[in-house]
Amino acid sequence: MAARLNALPRTRSGSLLLGAVGIALALLLWQLAPALGLVDSDNLPGASAVLSELASLAGTDAFWSAVGSTLAGAGLGLAIAVVAGVALGVLMGSSTIAWHALRPTVEFLRPVPGVALIPVAILVFGPSMQSDVFLVAFGCVWVMLIQTLYGVRDVDEVALQTARSYGLTHAQRIRWVQLPSSLPYIATGLRISSSIALIVAVTAELVAGNAGLGKSISLAQSVGQTEEMYALIVAAGILGIAVHVVFGGLERRFLHWHQSQRAGGDR
Amino acid sequence: MLEVVGLSKSYGTGASATHAVQCLEFAVEELEFVGIVGPSGAGKTTLLKCMAGLLAPTSGQTLLRGKPVTGPPPELAVVFQDYSRSLFAWMTVRRNVLLPLTNKPEIRDPARVADEALAAVGLKGFEEHYPWQLSGGMQQRVAIARALAYQPKVLLMDEPFASVDAQTRAELEDLVLRVREQFGVTIVLVTHDIDEAVYMSDRVVILSRPPSTVQEILPIDLPRPRDQVDTKALPEFASLRARIYEAIMQPAAAAGV
Amino acid sequence: MTRSRLRWFSVEVGATAIIIALLWAYTSSNESYAVAPLGDVLEAFRATWLFEHVGSDVVPSLVRMTLGYAAAIAIGVAGGFLLGSSAVVNAVASPVVGFLRSIPAAALLPPAIVLFGIGGGTKVAVIAFVCCWPIMLNTSDGVRELDSTMLATARVYGIRGLQRFRLVVLPAVSPRIFAGMRTSLSIAILLLVTSEMIASTNGIGYFVFQAQQQFSVDDMWAGVLLLGLLGFTLNLAFGAVERRVLHWNARDDRSK
Repeated sequence: MAARLNALPRTRSGSLLLGAVGIALALLLWQLAPALGLVDSDNLPGASAVLSELASLAGTDAFWSAVGSTLAGAGLGLAIAVVAGVALGVLMGSSTIAWHALRPTVEFLRPVPGVALIPVAILVFGPSMQSDVFLVAFGCVWVMLIQTLYGVRDVDEVALQTARSYGLTHAQRIRWVQLPSSLPYIATGLRISSSIALIVAVTAELVAGNAGLGKSISLAQSVGQTEEMYALIVAAGILGIAVHVVFGGLERRFLHWHQSQRAGGDR
Repeated sequence: MLEVVGLSKSYGTGASATHAVQCLEFAVEELEFVGIVGPSGAGKTTLLKCMAGLLAPTSGQTLLRGKPVTGPPPELAVVFQDYSRSLFAWMTVRRNVLLPLTNKPEIRDPARVADEALAAVGLKGFEEHYPWQLSGGMQQRVAIARALAYQPKVLLMDEPFASVDAQTRAELEDLVLRVREQFGVTIVLVTHDIDEAVYMSDRVVILSRPPSTVQEILPIDLPRPRDQVDTKALPEFASLRARIYEAIMQPAAAAGV
Repeated sequence: MTRSRLRWFSVEVGATAIIIALLWAYTSSNESYAVAPLGDVLEAFRATWLFEHVGSDVVPSLVRMTLGYAAAIAIGVAGGFLLGSSAVVNAVASPVVGFLRSIPAAALLPPAIVLFGIGGGTKVAVIAFVCCWPIMLNTSDGVRELDSTMLATARVYGIRGLQRFRLVVLPAVSPRIFAGMRTSLSIAILLLVTSEMIASTNGIGYFVFQAQQQFSVDDMWAGVLLLGLLGFTLNLAFGAVERRVLHWNARDDRSK
């Protein structure tokens, strides 16, 4: 029996089965905790109540427009961060002067928590999507910059010398050698930033009141719609998984031909 | 000293099982140097792991001084091929050698034993270095020093020189032959290099293609001490080498007769 | 210092000075209500944070974060070893852990307020709850990736039990633990600031948010500057600790 149980995770269907068991156990625990009085059901309703609330929310326009706002804010901010981060990364990675001139500023700004700028965003943009976009872009640009920088600097010397020996200009070398070989790094940056983008967007909505899932959650809380609040959080979690799956898949596609470069990144 | 008795190991069960080694039978005498060679995929490493007690055989057993080996015995040390993974990267060279000694209370002055072992492999002065600061050959010297300091009766070596360059390889071969006498240890060497097996061993065990059996046990009566130039120039060396080569390359023909 | 290094150092200092001067000039001449002259911001920073509000706002913030982060490390590492050492437990738990990790951190603040109120304990609990997942996932990956040759070496030399854990397994997994801790540190800062903005009566986040609500733009920017410095310093401190603990792992840094 124990041996058969231990053999399960080795096959794909076996680990799916065990995963399903895990989800079922977690849902059961969630259902039982308020039912047995471990927590107040006004504060934490059971799984069935929350999931049926989620199902009925999924039939409303308000829910989908909140999801849409969050995705649009995160997506636009991410797009800006990618363009700016890759451009700056290529500049700093291929020019020694730019690298030294900008390094101290970047090193200082990089660890600045993006959410510190929420009050600034409220002041400048008010509760609007622009403030989402601004905060997401600031939160994501540094990861994109650093990853691009790693990528550009990690270009194979031989490839670069080959390009030089064939008389490619500086711009051509960037376009045809440095940028393609840093694509896997950029894909990793994109995977990390996409998670950051969603977090920052939801946070900004929660605090600044921009339309989106975050605002809906805080609204549900303030009017005491506890079930709706938890249903929206579950939706946000599902959204988080979706983002992870999409950008993780994208990253794996690029890593495919670049496997030797990195074994097992962090997560 | 060390006996392999009817040892078989298969992976998996039923029809899909692969039989790595089958009914192996041979003995290693005290202070002997035995080389194990065989075609690639011949379960050499499986055999060594069973002998070390790292892998449970499917049937049969290994006896160390008459006692069955069920786990790694304290009188036994192993040097693995991949030094970068067998050395603990977070410890200095000296700490790497010292760590196993904490479990050997009979070694009363571990610090001195460790330093002597390091000196014997030519690493005096590198005690406080970290493995990554050393070349591949030097890292494998650390692994050898660690094994020697452990004061085993039997030393098992699994392709120990396969990951170093040819020059370093010759140096390490001679190093092992030298310290073997100094430390009085029985050695079993698994290798895919026939020259190496002949050059170093007293006897060579030749395994067949999988499922591997002992195809032949060949005594190597070349004079000792051996020398990279003189020994390898002997006509006997060439003929022993040729014999093993033929045994490995044409087992089907030999078996078919 | 060689001549070329001296030259590049002066480029760094010079360019940064120019950037600050441009910022100074821009903020001094800009009429927008959201922009405050850099000089005024620095003056507000001195007046507020050196050191009048340190005891009332900075210390509570740092205490909350430290407690939450420390709890997250303890839970994450312990859970990671549990998950990593059994393939069955890992397969059962990983979809649930993956889901909990995917919830955008701040979304858990409202339920935490519902469940625990707006006291300091709530912030500690939320930081601990959210930050433990990246550490747990990384630790469990590290445990499952433990090298078989390394473990065989430990076995051959009779290294087992607590000694094996302390001297072999834990150091081998530690680079992964630190990778998780680095991710969690930025989430901890984010949660701290956010929680203080929406549910607090003190703390740096609270102070910045209040300044904005009252349109005292100098104070707001001074608070943002402080949060920036805080993020910068914590990151620096983390890097120093990581370099010290993982000094033997230096080869990985060099290859980057």
